[in-house]
Amino acid sequence: MSPGFQGRRRTTDPALPPGQYLTEDFPVLSAGPTPRVPLDRWEFVLATETGDEFRWSWAELMALPQETPTVDIHCVTRWSKFGTSWQGVSLDVLLDGVDTAADYAQAHSYGGYTTNLPLDDLRDGQAWVVHGYDGEPLPAEHGGPARLLVPHLYFWKSAKWVRGLRLTVEDEPGFWETAGYHDYGDPWREQRYQGD
Amino acid sequence: MTEMSYLDGNMLDGPLRELLAVDLSAATGRCASCGMVGPMAGLRVWAHAPGLVGRCPSCAEVMLRLVRAPDRAWLDLRGATYLQVPMPTAEPFPRPL
Repeated sequence: MSPGFQGRRRTTDPALPPGQYLTEDFPVLSAGPTPRVPLDRWEFVLATETGDEFRWSWAELMALPQETPTVDIHCVTRWSKFGTSWQGVSLDVLLDGVDTAADYAQAHSYGGYTTNLPLDDLRDGQAWVVHGYDGEPLPAEHGGPARLLVPHLYFWKSAKWVRGLRLTVEDEPGFWETAGYHDYGDPWREQRYQGD
Repeated sequence: MTEMSYLDGNMLDGPLRELLAVDLSAATGRCASCGMVGPMAGLRVWAHAPGLVGRCPSCAEVMLRLVRAPDRAWLDLRGATYLQVPMPTAEPFPRPL
């Protein structure tokens, strides 16, 4: 992907993190085959460090209060996309009433992908489980039926095909974090790789 | 009898340099997940991703991850129990003890 004629904007737009370029399309990145999860078998499982489990079927997720965040997203492969519109459930809703002393969460996905985040980064209106994009059901290539959306971190943290969260006392690096990528991934501090 | 001891990791430099400089596509790998043995050239590689992800053609589990930063690279082979690499005939490591 070439920065092309976006180069001038790249240096002047305060909404663009360092080293990123703006794209208008929506690149599809994937580390494996796209899982196809029938909605009648889909579930989201939140497991605490003590073994308690909270489960939502698709119908139960849909019955929760829905939000429509419009956010900028930043991929570690250097593209950023402004003003993306999603529909889904805030993690604040899913974590409400969950008794935990965990400091970290590891998201896991249908297909085996994992990624880790501090639990605080999933709270206070910073993260969602989204199932809609641009007013339509989220396409499988973009992570449907549902994906995590954590737009203030590089987009590899927004796990596609999300299946659940494990709340953990210790930080447990995920798929890319164990292969050289940064543990936290703040695009504004350009935390791409370990040690950045 | 002399007490056995370990060697500094620097001694791996030569043997690994010889190993890692070879054409990996000529190597055979064993999948840690399903046990299938086959050519590394037969892996299915997802490249439109933050790194290269090589998956077993039999079970689709990850056998290889290669991440390239501008000044560093990471090679994760935990999904492969071994790589068998064709080598020029020479004395094996370690040498006969």
